[in-house]
Amino acid sequence: MAELKASMAGNVWKVVVGEGETVTDGQDIVILESMKMEIPIAAEQSGSVKELKVNEGDFVNEGDVLAIIE
Amino acid sequence: MIQKILIANRGEIARRIIRTCKKLNIQTVAIYSEADADAPFVSEADEAYLLGAPQVQQSYLNVQKILEIASLAKVDAIHPGYGFLSENADFARSCQSAGLIFIGPSPDVMQQMGSKVEARKTMEQAGLPLVPGLSRPLIDVDEAVQVAKQIGYPIMLKASAGGGGIGMQSVDNEAELIKAFEGNQKRAQMFFGNGDMFIEKRILQPRHIEIQILADTFGNAVYLWERECSVQRRHQKVVEEAPSSFLSEETRRKMGEAAVKAVQAIGYYNAGTLEFLVDHEQNFYFLEMNTRLQVEHPVTEEITGLDLVEQQIRIACGEKLSFTQNDVKLEGHAIEVRVYAEDPKTFYPAPGKITDLQLPNGEGIRHELAVHNQSVVSHFYDPMIAKLVIKGETRNEAIERLKEALAHYKVQGIKSNIPLLEEIAAHEAFKNGDTTTDFIDKYIKKVTI
Repeated sequence: MAELKASMAGNVWKVVVGEGETVTDGQDIVILESMKMEIPIAAEQSGSVKELKVNEGDFVNEGDVLAIIE
Repeated sequence: MIQKILIANRGEIARRIIRTCKKLNIQTVAIYSEADADAPFVSEADEAYLLGAPQVQQSYLNVQKILEIASLAKVDAIHPGYGFLSENADFARSCQSAGLIFIGPSPDVMQQMGSKVEARKTMEQAGLPLVPGLSRPLIDVDEAVQVAKQIGYPIMLKASAGGGGIGMQSVDNEAELIKAFEGNQKRAQMFFGNGDMFIEKRILQPRHIEIQILADTFGNAVYLWERECSVQRRHQKVVEEAPSSFLSEETRRKMGEAAVKAVQAIGYYNAGTLEFLVDHEQNFYFLEMNTRLQVEHPVTEEITGLDLVEQQIRIACGEKLSFTQNDVKLEGHAIEVRVYAEDPKTFYPAPGKITDLQLPNGEGIRHELAVHNQSVVSHFYDPMIAKLVIKGETRNEAIERLKEALAHYKVQGIKSNIPLLEEIAAHEAFKNGDTTTDFIDKYIKKVTI
């Protein structure tokens, strides 16, 4: 099980996968937006998305957990 | 003469414009979003009006609301600064329809230069050399792949309506091109409402050198030398200087004269900047024209002794340029560094609250500052919080002063790129003027993102 964390503070611009979906290492899970820049946050391992912790439009701080992949 | 100006912008550039207005005895009106209620520019203006929520569509891009405030505050003119509505021809037209002076060029010329495709065509006709590429938007990704095959990789992919590095990407092969085309087109559509993309050959290890021009409404134009802005991250400028240590006297004159000829050919007036790529043999290629004041205008002010905001206002009032090319001075050397609220290694944005702010003072140091101690740097806007501008008699003196100033520049509570700026300023390659656009990738340690 792995926690996917925000690498910067900002808004959740897009959640590109759904809970239960199978994802591969390097696949984009969430796209954050901050200060006119979008940063895709990718899975660091293959597995299935156990839980999405954020919704589009949420504000997150650096280090906040975005999703749990197992 | 203009009596009262509304500044349709925020941050350091709003303060910069207020400063010149005070000098010229012009009243100022600030507009601000809820996120900026506490910002220095709001209290420094003679009047300030709340626009609304922090999101740019509800605040700094809200044309209707801005024009309502302009009418309510009875201003004569609008200064758009840079970014936001500064290159929006429809906004300039709306200002004029409302009987206001838009401090900038004519809306038609703005529109022409605002589309990179149009700009390329127009400037080619006006005699400027261009980077090899396609002079119209790409039809689809298949065409992008075809054209790239013809002109050869690496290529640059750009959004027609983009700017500030948004919607622009260098790609090395077909797989990257396909991914970049779709991603950037989507973003451009979302950001600018225009998904047109165009393609050109990437000039290897170029320098980014731009020519500042001023032109009045009587057809007189001068060039205020160049600025070299090669040190960039994510295609956005980090360090800018004037003059360039690379250009020969002959190239400087050639570029300046070509720029003046081009702006006269298109009937341009007010301040403007023509951006060029310059290769190692001093060949120059026109990139785009910025029809507004630039972020890095202070380095030009430092070497020429001119106040560019004042010149903009005078031209907008219908005054003739009060000097000719022969009167334009080039004295000393100026360097500007942009202070960004971001991680100095990954360049990721780092919004937050500034808990301590200490600025260096001394000979040759100028500050352009958007924030104060305890400011909250919002994630809604650009990460640039300040500019540090250094002047010296020589480039070496300017670099020494820059290093000393950065050592005493403290921003606490948020991450800033000060460590990166220090590393650049202290680098032997920077001292040697080896500043091509890949400078940061090449010389500065970088964490893989």
